Amino acid sequence: MDHSSTVEKVLRSALITLVLIFFLFPIFWIFLMSLQTNETILRIPPSIIFEPSFDNYRALITGKLQTNAGNIDIAFMRNLWNSVVLSTFSVALSLLLGVPAAYAFARFKFRLGEDIAFTLLSFRFAPPLLVLLPLSLYFKTLGLTNTYIGLIWVYQLICLPLILWIVRGYFEDISPDIEHAYRIAGNNWWKTFTRVAIPLARPGIAAAGLLAFIFAWNNFVFALILASADKQPVTVGALAFVTASGIQYGQIAAAIVLSVTPTLALALYAQRYLVEGLSMGAVKG
Amino acid sequence: MTQLELKSLTKSFGAYKVFDGLNLAAESGEIVVIFGGSGTGKTILLRLIAGVEEPTSGFIEIEGNDVADIAPEHRNIGMAFQNFALFPHMSAFENIATPLRAQNAGAGAVKAGVDNVAKLLKIDHVLGHAPRELSNGQKQRTALARALAAEPRILLLDDPLRNVDAKLRFEMRLELPRLLRQTGATVLYVTQDYKEAMALADRIAVIANGKFIQTATPEDIYLKPATLGVARLFGDPSINTADTKVEMIGKTANVTLGGVKVPINSAYKQDGNRDVTFGVRPEAVEINAPNRAGLVAKVMAVTPLNERTVLLLHSEGGWEFLASLPSSASNIPEPGAKVKATFAASGTHLFDKTTAERLHG
Repeated sequence: MDHSSTVEKVLRSALITLVLIFFLFPIFWIFLMSLQTNETILRIPPSIIFEPSFDNYRALITGKLQTNAGNIDIAFMRNLWNSVVLSTFSVALSLLLGVPAAYAFARFKFRLGEDIAFTLLSFRFAPPLLVLLPLSLYFKTLGLTNTYIGLIWVYQLICLPLILWIVRGYFEDISPDIEHAYRIAGNNWWKTFTRVAIPLARPGIAAAGLLAFIFAWNNFVFALILASADKQPVTVGALAFVTASGIQYGQIAAAIVLSVTPTLALALYAQRYLVEGLSMGAVKG
Repeated sequence: MTQLELKSLTKSFGAYKVFDGLNLAAESGEIVVIFGGSGTGKTILLRLIAGVEEPTSGFIEIEGNDVADIAPEHRNIGMAFQNFALFPHMSAFENIATPLRAQNAGAGAVKAGVDNVAKLLKIDHVLGHAPRELSNGQKQRTALARALAAEPRILLLDDPLRNVDAKLRFEMRLELPRLLRQTGATVLYVTQDYKEAMALADRIAVIANGKFIQTATPEDIYLKPATLGVARLFGDPSINTADTKVEMIGKTANVTLGGVKVPINSAYKQDGNRDVTFGVRPEAVEINAPNRAGLVAKVMAVTPLNERTVLLLHSEGGWEFLASLPSSASNIPEPGAKVKATFAASGTHLFDKTTAERLHG
């Protein structure tokens, strides 16, 4: 299979190493920062030799932020928990609504079908600031301000179009004959949907779910306007590290490490479904 | 007993009519081959019968009952698709077991059913494999096994030999009739290979331009084609034709082939002055037959094709036609030789010039 010469191999490895360093070094540096105090971070010249301490993590987990101006209470763990709750339930709801809808758009031609699908997509590229003002007014009237349900609802603007359009493409790629064969064999359409269509589109569903989770996790502006402290996710909560007495670099670094962990774990978990999709494509005779 | 009946079945997509008023009655246990070129709607016809698509008008009756309101899963039909349509996320065993599981058969019955049909189709050694690990021939047999597994009353086979290699196609053409008879099911078999149609069918329904133009036994289709179109579809090499006019000379009917008048058989003596298309099968062209007047022609090429040898002939008047002789025949001429060609009555037909229908059914 591999006909490349030694020179090519060396060159390729060097290039890959370069790319990896470019992308991973900042993350590595942040990880190092998270184990240092503000003083060691800010010394000149910087050095990777220091005495590691877990003070930053301790401060975040206990919620007591020590600054030159005294102790400040921060709700970082609360924010992290909010992020997990909001992203998880938003994606779950989007999958519940989006996967059947994607199937309908892929399989059936109905009146205004394309228009509805496109309208849903347009939510994705409408600027959030355009909808925020009316939305916050409606939310006040409806009593949805500062509730998980309200935020999860708004997060559908982010997750639903993404899942709908990605998964629809995967459903369209499944030969309708495969589903016809399952029905003729004696199964109703619901069984055909759950036992054939969904398993075959699983790589797409996993990819779309992961992507939607990342977008929901990274959202800032909706949560900033529509939620107050106790419902705010980690993206908004991070603002608390910019204090009157300066910026707590070490704690910000520790917070970043903690807040990327769930997304990273999910990506590693979902990876096997994504790879499974690549090998499944080889089936059609 | 009539198992499956189509009554003026029509299907159109928008303004485009795929077929218009199809009628067919298939007896219980009969193998009916639906034969036609690509794009004639054969696959769509099977989909309508299976119930995964709806007819525009007309009726489909199974055992005398209209099935319009019966969902595909309740029609007790087995179908094998041209592209196999195996479930890629299930093993060959689970693929074949699907119709049995849908009937809530017990584990023992499922295993017995799958093993039985797998042995019949010689795929019992690959049951544990995923579809992507099977060869095309094994995929095709798995698809066929899945269609057969629940012993359906009606089997719809959509060109199942299309995507397999020539050797396997030849073997299956020999095996399939026995296999299909064994199931006792009524079979609708779609193909565009005329040899396959001749080998498998009890009756062949020839579809073209949205209609069944002839539904008859393979012998009748070959010997008494209803139209010039049917005559052209069956036979390799296909029938020789020439547009001409029937002329009576005395009491003999004659046709003009490349300016030369050639007498034809007496059945056509009422057709004097009629504009016709003359057709003669290459197998019916006789070379240098004694005691008969014929067409003098020059041999342009001699092509041996296994058991037959095909001659390309050029008549004195400029009509080009083919003759097919047994390769074992002693009278095969050399290229460039002058020969006398005569036409055996059984392979000679006249078709009306305008309707293309064969004269004297």
